[in-house]
Amino acid sequence: MQGYLIASSTNILAPASTPARTIFGLSLFVLGITALIFVVVAGLMVYSVVKFRARATDAAREPAQVCGSTQIELAWTVIPALIVAVLFLATARVIHAIQDTPKPAAALDVIVVGHQFWWEFRYPKLGIVTANELHIPASDRARPTPTFLKLTSADTDHSFWVPELGGKTDLIPNRVNQMWLDPPRPGIYLGQCAQYCGTQHAKMLLRVVVERPADFGAWVSAQQQAAIQDARVSAGKRVFETNVCINCHAVSGTAADGRFGPDLGHLMSRATLASGAAENTPSNLRLWIQTPDAIKPGSLMPAMKLSDADLDAVTAYLETLR
Amino acid sequence: MSAFTIPIPPSPRPWVLPDRGKVAMAALIIAESAIFTIFVVAYLFYIGKSLTGPAPREVLETPVFSTICLLSSSLTLHVAGKFLERGKQSAFLGLWLLTFILGGVFLFGTGLEWHRLIHEKGLTISTNLFGTTYYSLVGLHAFHLTAGLLMLLAVLIFGLTGRVNQDQTGRVGVLSMYWHFVDAVWVVVFTVVYLVGR
Amino acid sequence: MSTNASAIENIQGIGRPWMEVLHEWVTTVDHKGLGLLYILYALSYLVIGGFEALIIRAQLMHAHNHLVSPQVFNRMFTMHGTTMIFFVAMPMLFGFANYLVPLMIGARDMAFPRLNAFSFWLTALGGGLLYFSFLGGNGLYGAGTAPDVGWWAYAPLPAKAFSPGHSSDYWTIALLVSGLGSVGTAINILTTVLCMRCPGMHLGRMPLLVWLNLVMSGMVLIAVTPLTAAQVMLLVDRYLGGHFFDTQAGGSATLWMHFFWIFGHPEVYILILPAFAFVSEIVPVYSRKPIFGYPVMVGATVFIGFVSMSVWAHHMFTVGMNSYANSFFTITSMVVGIPTGIKIFNWIGTMWGGRIRFKTPMLFCLGFLFQFLVAGLTGIMLASSPFDWQLGNSYFVVAHFHYVIVGGLLFAIFAAFYYWYPKFTGRMLSEQLGKVHFWLFLIGFHATFDVMHIPGILGMPRRIYTYEPGRGWDTLNLIVTIGAVIQAAAILVFVCNLAVSYWKGANAGKDPWDAWTLEWSATSPPPAYNFATIPVVASRRPLWDLKHPEDPDSRYE
Ligand code: HEA
Ligand code: HEA
Ligand code: HEC
Ligand code: CUA
Ligand SMILES: [Cu+2]
Repeated sequence: MQGYLIASSTNILAPASTPARTIFGLSLFVLGITALIFVVVAGLMVYSVVKFRARATDAAREPAQVCGSTQIELAWTVIPALIVAVLFLATARVIHAIQDTPKPAAALDVIVVGHQFWWEFRYPKLGIVTANELHIPASDRARPTPTFLKLTSADTDHSFWVPELGGKTDLIPNRVNQMWLDPPRPGIYLGQCAQYCGTQHAKMLLRVVVERPADFGAWVSAQQQAAIQDARVSAGKRVFETNVCINCHAVSGTAADGRFGPDLGHLMSRATLASGAAENTPSNLRLWIQTPDAIKPGSLMPAMKLSDADLDAVTAYLETLR
Repeated sequence: MSAFTIPIPPSPRPWVLPDRGKVAMAALIIAESAIFTIFVVAYLFYIGKSLTGPAPREVLETPVFSTICLLSSSLTLHVAGKFLERGKQSAFLGLWLLTFILGGVFLFGTGLEWHRLIHEKGLTISTNLFGTTYYSLVGLHAFHLTAGLLMLLAVLIFGLTGRVNQDQTGRVGVLSMYWHFVDAVWVVVFTVVYLVGR
Repeated sequence: MSTNASAIENIQGIGRPWMEVLHEWVTTVDHKGLGLLYILYALSYLVIGGFEALIIRAQLMHAHNHLVSPQVFNRMFTMHGTTMIFFVAMPMLFGFANYLVPLMIGARDMAFPRLNAFSFWLTALGGGLLYFSFLGGNGLYGAGTAPDVGWWAYAPLPAKAFSPGHSSDYWTIALLVSGLGSVGTAINILTTVLCMRCPGMHLGRMPLLVWLNLVMSGMVLIAVTPLTAAQVMLLVDRYLGGHFFDTQAGGSATLWMHFFWIFGHPEVYILILPAFAFVSEIVPVYSRKPIFGYPVMVGATVFIGFVSMSVWAHHMFTVGMNSYANSFFTITSMVVGIPTGIKIFNWIGTMWGGRIRFKTPMLFCLGFLFQFLVAGLTGIMLASSPFDWQLGNSYFVVAHFHYVIVGGLLFAIFAAFYYWYPKFTGRMLSEQLGKVHFWLFLIGFHATFDVMHIPGILGMPRRIYTYEPGRGWDTLNLIVTIGAVIQAAAILVFVCNLAVSYWKGANAGKDPWDAWTLEWSATSPPPAYNFATIPVVASRRPLWDLKHPEDPDSRYE
């Protein structure tokens, strides 16, 4: 849970990862040049408007009927052309630097699958499946351990965007896109789905948890454990397994192996519910299971109409899935 | 009251502007070409991307005969126009009728092809991507051809009632532009579907 | 003919049984009548679309607002975008083109008056269908289901699987129908310009407005039709079980994106060219000088027309194209800046050394110049693809295109209203109300769309019905909303001005602005036949020649 409150900003001008930083550099350059153009051209406008306004004295007469000049036209064709050339070269360099970086051997692979309206994260090499909160190791300059994401979608288009870590990349069905991050500083980085994907596009939030290698290792081994079996909540487990929950959710070591919804095997290791829609507290959890629409109207999880007893039981059970 | 003439001698050379009908038809043809381009692109893009059969290779048969009919119809139409210019009405009507028949044969050929594909090969527009793109592209062309045939028919009827003479050469010319376009499109569709697509 | 004649008299408000008047409006084939129909149609949709914008803004006023449900919000921005582009901007521009082009080339009507009427009523039908979806989206039994797929309807959202019911069908068919209308009008304008010019008006003497509408029509022919094709494919998918965009059956989502933007980008230039056209007519008249560098302006326009066909994928920088594609679309997008810049410089050159009169139309043109400059430069930032990986689909983009469309297009349209309203109705628009309208709208515009850039930079995506507090977005969104309300007020003033001046406005006479193009030689409003005798011109500014026999342009051309 720690870290839910200490959340960083989503400002694209506060880069915290190489791709973001490279883009930031280019941005400043482009901003500078366009600002320059603005000052010059806007200046010309203001000057001509002020200087050549009609005055009461001469309003009657017509001014000299000048209708063009080849040299001037040439000047204001060539200069912009040169500016464009410069802008393009600067841009092309950055495109290449970010898109065509080879993947180092030490890189961590994560497959990101977009769903309406949540994120599925698979770590193929580590055999982990989790949701909504991406855990990656901090990557130090000396021995970089960047994370390479393969992005695709199970339904409509989505877009993975964590402004401080890098630009956005779309998740598109029938298509695999790639992007990479290498944040050196541990911390929690916020983002959200940036491609309209349906009713709850707005609450398809995203958080990336960057951890010191040691902490990350601990998280990995915790996730690799089968889900905890606690006799004290067997009642709740039964409710979970005898309801349709299991058609959509998976909990390792139980009958539940649905893939339509997030994997709940280690639900309690997440700080938020329903991809950031609410803090992961017992009361929210109970409310969510009772009426998802109260937290995330239009989400694809139906209200289960459980009795209060069953609700408490199942909540208690899920509370044990650390 | 409203208009006026500027006190400057109008330009001596005669003031001639292009013919409305031809310009408008040219514009229409440009627009239509864009539509066909999109469908052709879609067809090319989806070649070999179907997840299930049947594949073009297995089911398509090259419609050589009807293609020949359609292409020659352009020729007959052209000659018909020439006759009308010289006021040879009956010759014009004869060739016009021939054009109509040739076009009709082509359309009939497409009909047969589709009947065969649907009932024997079980390929419908919803079978796979090939079905979708094939019927859409060929269908779009067939649709334009039908429109053309109807216009040919109209002229034919007017002709038989003796209302088409030299003065109509211009209008008939505009109609022929359309027909030639539909033929040209078929050349593209043919290449894409029956040559590239297999 | 007689119908047209009286259709015009109606504009002067000659009282007759309203059924009769209505009948004449509905059956008119006169380019002026149809032009006005287009304009009124667009105006009413501007208010509707703007009302939807106000709902959007009210919902986004502060974080976690519960004014409208996510479903309603998604319908609002979909309808707002679709309405504004297809049923405000397009008809508005076609309306002015319809009215002005024949007059400016000394013709008596469009080349095909009936096709003209047909095209208008197709467009009208399109808008009707789109809004009928509010009732019919679920079939008549379930109300309140307008399309909610966004104005690009990215596949597979509009596929049956994700969009049950008929809301998407209404969206598709509405655009299909109005698209056909647009193509019809484009063919008509193109033919009119090429085949109906009065003696002496060879291409090099046409007013720039005519030139730009010619290029615009050409672009409509090649750019709108791909959308038509894509819509047909979508209908094949939805009704015949086709798989064009069915990702389950191997269909491609990106193919739809390409098809849409092959239409979508040229479309935005189709919208801005007529705005350029207005400015290129109005700025010279109020600077009392001919347009600076006429041939260059024409060349730049044609160049823009061509290049804009090859930039579409700058809307798709984030879909994962390879680095070569990204570079290509970056350079093409930036190259468009060169001819556009040339235009801006030529307008400045026109004012340079002139005697500028600050009547309302000129004020709006100055607003246009300034705002279009800024908007274009933010466009350049977006064109730099890595920058776009950050800014894309954020409120920065929303700010960019409203800056162009509202700050550019809408300002130019208002300028055109104040400039040509006297010609349309025979009465002047109130100058006082005009100034109030201008300043109110200017303030509202900048409060809304200047501020809107910042949430984008702070990472606020578009098309979200609500947002998290504590990201620095709240206050900014509140200001944006307030700005929108000010804009609404300004537009109310404008509508009042239109209405009041229609009855009370000062009499305009033939040529209130002492202008130079042919439309000002006809009475206001012009008779059905426009010109009793077809004029003959010897230069780009026939009325200048008429007013200055001692020193006519024709001497230099
Ligand atoms: C009237 C409509 C209009 C116009 C004219 C423009 C003009 C431009 N637009 Fe804009 N644009 C839109 C309407 C318009 N746009 C819309 C509606 C969208 C969003 C659609 C949606 O997503 O819903 C959009 C989105 C959009 C994007 C996609 C953003 C994203 O979704 O990620 C991009 C990216 O490249 C872009 C770029 C440009 C560029 C480079 C220009 C250029 O034409 C600008 C050229 C002008 C100048 C550059 C200024 C003047 C020039 C000079 C003073 C000379 C000197 C300058 C230089 C040398 C650079 N636009
Ligand atoms: C011609 C094009 C055009 C115009 C003029 C406008 C005008 C405005 N637009 Fe919009 N807009 C688009 C085209 C346009 N827009 C498009 C294409 C999109 C993308 C849609 C999508 O994402 O799919 C968009 C999206 C869009 C969004 C983003 C929605 C989202 O992503 O969630 C917002 C948000 O603020 C917005 C706001 C506005 C505002 C405040 C105005 C203001 O300028 C409006 C001012 C006008 C009025 C306010 C009307 C006047 C009203 C009255 C006079 C009375 C009101 C009536 C009653 C009270 C009964 N627009
Ligand atoms: C029809 C499929 C479906 C069924 C049945 C279903 N869920 Fe869900 N569930 C989902 C989906 C989809 C989500 C993700 C919602 C979102 O974030 O938009 C979800 C999310 C959740 C979450 C939050 C997970 C997270 O990581 O934030 C919990 C907890 C949950 N479901 C519990 C249950 C329980 C308990 C039941 C049975 C009583 C149940 N679900 C039944 C589809 C289902
Ligand atoms: Cu997922 Cu928007
Ligand atoms: Cu664009």
